Parts: sequence; C-alpha cells; structure tokens
Amino acid sequence: MTIAAAGDTATEGSRFWRSIRQLFTRNLAAKIAATPMIAIVLVVFIGCTLWTVWFSFTNSRLLPTGSFTGLDQYNRLFSTSRWNVSVRNLALYGAFSLVFTLTIGFLLAVLIDQKVRFEDAFRTIMLYPFALSFIVTGLVWQWIMNPTLGLQGTIRGMGWESFTFDWILNSDMVIFALLIAGLWQGTGFMMVLMLAGLRGIDEEIWKASRVDGIPTWQTYIFIVLPMMRGVLVTAVVIAGSGIVRLYDLVVALTNGGPGIASEVPAKYVYDYMFTAGNIGQALAASTMMLVTVMIIVIPWAILEFGGGEKKS
Amino acid sequence: MSNPTVISTTVALDAVSGRTDFAGPQGPRPQPFFTPKRVIIYSILFVACLYYLFPMYIMVMTSFKTMPEIRFGNIFAPPVEFTGEAWVKAWSSACTGLTCQGLSPGFWNSVKILIPSVLVSTAVAAVNGYALVNWKFKGSEIFFAVLIFGSFIPYQVFLYPLVMITRELKIFGTIWAVILVHTIFGMPILTLLFRNYFASLPVELFKAARVDGAGFWRIFLEVMLPMSLPIVVVALILQVTGIWNDFLFGAVFAGTPNLPMTVQLNNIVNSAQGTPEYNVNMAATMLTGLVPLIVYFLSGRLFVRGVAAGAVKG
Repeated sequence: MTIAAAGDTATEGSRFWRSIRQLFTRNLAAKIAATPMIAIVLVVFIGCTLWTVWFSFTNSRLLPTGSFTGLDQYNRLFSTSRWNVSVRNLALYGAFSLVFTLTIGFLLAVLIDQKVRFEDAFRTIMLYPFALSFIVTGLVWQWIMNPTLGLQGTIRGMGWESFTFDWILNSDMVIFALLIAGLWQGTGFMMVLMLAGLRGIDEEIWKASRVDGIPTWQTYIFIVLPMMRGVLVTAVVIAGSGIVRLYDLVVALTNGGPGIASEVPAKYVYDYMFTAGNIGQALAASTMMLVTVMIIVIPWAILEFGGGEKKS
Repeated sequence: MSNPTVISTTVALDAVSGRTDFAGPQGPRPQPFFTPKRVIIYSILFVACLYYLFPMYIMVMTSFKTMPEIRFGNIFAPPVEFTGEAWVKAWSSACTGLTCQGLSPGFWNSVKILIPSVLVSTAVAAVNGYALVNWKFKGSEIFFAVLIFGSFIPYQVFLYPLVMITRELKIFGTIWAVILVHTIFGMPILTLLFRNYFASLPVELFKAARVDGAGFWRIFLEVMLPMSLPIVVVALILQVTGIWNDFLFGAVFAGTPNLPMTVQLNNIVNSAQGTPEYNVNMAATMLTGLVPLIVYFLSGRLFVRGVAAGAVKG
C-alpha cells in the first residue's frame, strides 16, 4: 500500500475530523514542496483573477481606487471601435492559425515519417524559428514585407511591375501578414509534437493495417490520428493559449497598424493599462479575454478532468 | 547556420540526386529512390524548408550590406560590399529611443534575468511534478488542474494585480520582479512536463526506495533526479528560450534601466527617429535571436527527443 493511494480511503462522516487533521499532517514534506504551486494557484490564478474581475466594475483610472459602476466599462468597451476590431482580428487570426498550424504540422510530420533521408536536417530547419522570439519574428517579416525595399520592391525591380505584397499596409490583409509570420514561427514545433505522436504509435498497428490492406492515408486519418488524442490535445492547448496572448508579434510587425487594422485585445489591455491610464477599461477588456478563454476551455476541462477514467 | 542557403541547397541536391547505394546492411529496407511518391515527398519538404530558411537568409544578408546597397532594392542579393559595421553599431551605438548604447545593455539585462529565472522555475517545478506523481495528497490533483487551467488565462488578466503585488514587495521595476513573474508563469508547463515524465518512470523504483526507508527529499534527490536528466534538459531549453524571448513581462516589470534585449530591440527598430537603417535593424535582430539559436543548435537532438518524451504522454 503506497501513501499515494491511502489518501483516498478517508471517508466523510465520523472520520471527518481525522481527515481534516490528516489534511495537514499527512505527507507533510510533499505539501511543503507543493507550497509554491498552492500559493501560485491561490494568489495568482484565483486571487488576481478575481481582483481583476472585481475592479473591472469600477471607474478606476490612474489607480485602482474607483467606485463601483456596474457594467459601465463594458458598455464603453463594446462601443469602442478599436476593441471591436481587436476582437474580430483575434477571432480571424485564431481560427486560421489553429487550423493551419495543426494541419501543416501534421502533414509535415507525416511526410517526415515516410523514412525520408536527412530527417534531422529537415527537422532542424523547420523547428529553428520556434527558438526565436515573436519580436525577432515580427521584425524580420516586417522587413521582408516592407513594400518599397522588401519582397514587393525587389520583385517589381526584377520586371514584374504589378506584383503586390503590401499586406502590412493593407487593412484587409494585415491579419494574414501576421498569420504568415506566426505560422513561420510555430508550425515547426507542431510538426515535432505530431511526429512524436506518430512515433509513439505501436508498430503492430501499422502491421495490422497493412495485413488488412488499408491504404496508408486511411490508416493515418482513421486509425493513427484518433490514437494520437493525447498529442493532439497538447497541441491544441499549446496553440490555443499562444493565440489568445498574441501580443509581441503585433507590436513588432505592425504595432496595430495601419490605423487600428491589426489591433488585438492583449494590446488594447496593455495600452489602456500602462499608456492611457484607464485601468477600469483595461480590466474590463482583460475580463472579456478571460471570459473568452473560459468559454473555450471549460468544456475541454470537463471532458479531460471531470469525465473520470473512461478515456485513454 | 552562418549560411542557410548552402544548407538548403545541399539538402535539396542530396534529396533529389539519385541514390542507389545508401541502404547499408543495418539500415532500413532498401527502397527505390525515384518513385513518384518519393519525389513528391521530397519536393514538398524542400519547399517547406525554403519558407523556413528564407527569413534567416534575408536577415543575414541584409545585416552585412551597406545602406546604399539596401536602397538599391534587391532583398535577395548577397552583399557586394561585405561589411560588419551594422553589427558593431547594433551592439554598441544604435539608439533605443533615449540612449544610444546599442543592444549591449539589453543583452546583459537579459542575462541577469535569465539565469535566476531559469534555475528557480525549473527547480520548483521539478519538485512539484514529483510531489504530484508520487506523493499525491488530498486536493493535489485539483490544484494541478487549476494550475493547468490557469495557464490558459491570458497574462493580461494578472498584469495589474501583479504590478501591485510586486510594488508591495518593493521589487517592482527591478529584475527580481521579472524573475518572480517568470517563475510563476513557467510553473504550469514545467510542472506538466515533470509530472508526465515522473509518471512514466516505473513506480516500482519509488516503492523500492520507500520500502528502504527513504523519505520525500531523499527519493527525489537520489532516485528521481538522476533519472530525469533528459527532462531537466528539456525544461532548461524551454525556459532559456522562453525567458530570453519574453517581451511583455520585461516591458512591464523590469523598469527602464533593466529592460531586456527584446524590448530594447523593438525600441531600436520601431521607435527610432530619422531614416531607418535596415542593416542595423537586421543585425540587432540577429543578435537578439542568437542566444536561443545557439541553445537550439547545440541541443537540437536532445530538444526534439525531450519534447517527444514530454508530449506523448499528454
């Protein structure tokens, strides 16, 4: 009998007080070791979140001292065009980014999994952008997409006068400029994750499907992909949380421009919090970010943690 | 690294040129090389590699050009007049808005932030992951779930309260605030990594050590830690690149004299006065990217292998 399992045997009722005592004395060293986690969870992840939500209902400006004003900040938020543009941008970027990183990552992993030569070289080349920061990524692509001296200028100079690649100056396309840069940075990592998943599949599965005469692509989609559930969840988790906090890339590549065409919620929060000195508004915006994440994550969390041991 | 085109072309050439002699005695099953399927696979991979290498090529080439050459307007062309002046200027005299000392102060600030942050966050998460796997206590799984859940919450939600907390602790505007914040937000992913890794180790090892009378710290230090080198390396790599590349926390918490390299880089490029010097910008960008790139290329294989170990268990 390990200590690990013993904690579960304590039941309610007559043993209530004993279990309360045990709560503090059993595995004391482990609890001390877990103190940082408990503190972070309670103070930062729960405490700070509640604080932010609470003060988003006040009219705080330079300091968080304002009085309670109900939903005023939210009314103002949703009547601000910059916020609405930010939300739309994030939704667009998020949808495209998620779909593309996952598919490209998976396709590249499948290709590399075909016993190609120079696998290491391919992998190294595809993964290196992931080591670079979004600031570096944004600045490089800003230079490449520079309309006069970058790619557009160069190709026009070569004789193709009508070639147009001015996405960072084009309000309709600027989000795709962000996407190109974002995909450049992140797809390699997705590929590596997926490849790890593919390599984790038992060789017997492949033998069985070969014996049954199932085509390779069908094996990948209908047998291997469902078996990679763990990796896929990890991939979505990593990609998703990256998307919501999209900030550095925008700052480096477009700084929200042209005009407000590439603003994102994270930048809205930062600017109102530290530049415009309108804390209440910034906190309302960050609460909205929080709500969005909750709406996406809670169903997943219930499936993953609340659903018991039925899966995998 | 220094010349990506060379890498890409050799890869390409090797990939397409006919190969009849590569199947060694212990290699995989010999396959005919020129089947249409193979050609398609290699061409797609090759095109993908071009996309990944292109910005690096542009960055390196631009950083060694002179401004007149850049204004001539061919971004692809290698420098005619090869010069390292832009690199010197980026390092020591480019203007970041207020001062003109180049990126070097930023570099040292980043180093000062990086080392303690990486060590503290990794150590805390390793112990935590171990406690979560082998010393489950009532509620430990709930705390872990909230921790992972919390890692989804956008940083913006915590930003202001953390500013207030660090102000109360009298560390706001110093590198200690940045270190604290990095430790906090490194916790979820690192704990997940360590937890998954320790869960993959045979539980018999732990039980045997328990039976022999070893306690919490002794098992951790003498049984678990020696076996967790691969995951420690992964954690270190993740944190070194992650913290070096951080922008938001540095910008908010570090205070003007301590701004890390990424923030100063962005200031050089995006808030510089006068005509932009693209060669200096690219040299500065290269310089900032160099540290994580070196880490990556030195540890490439371990990185990949470790990420695989950490992620597969899900």
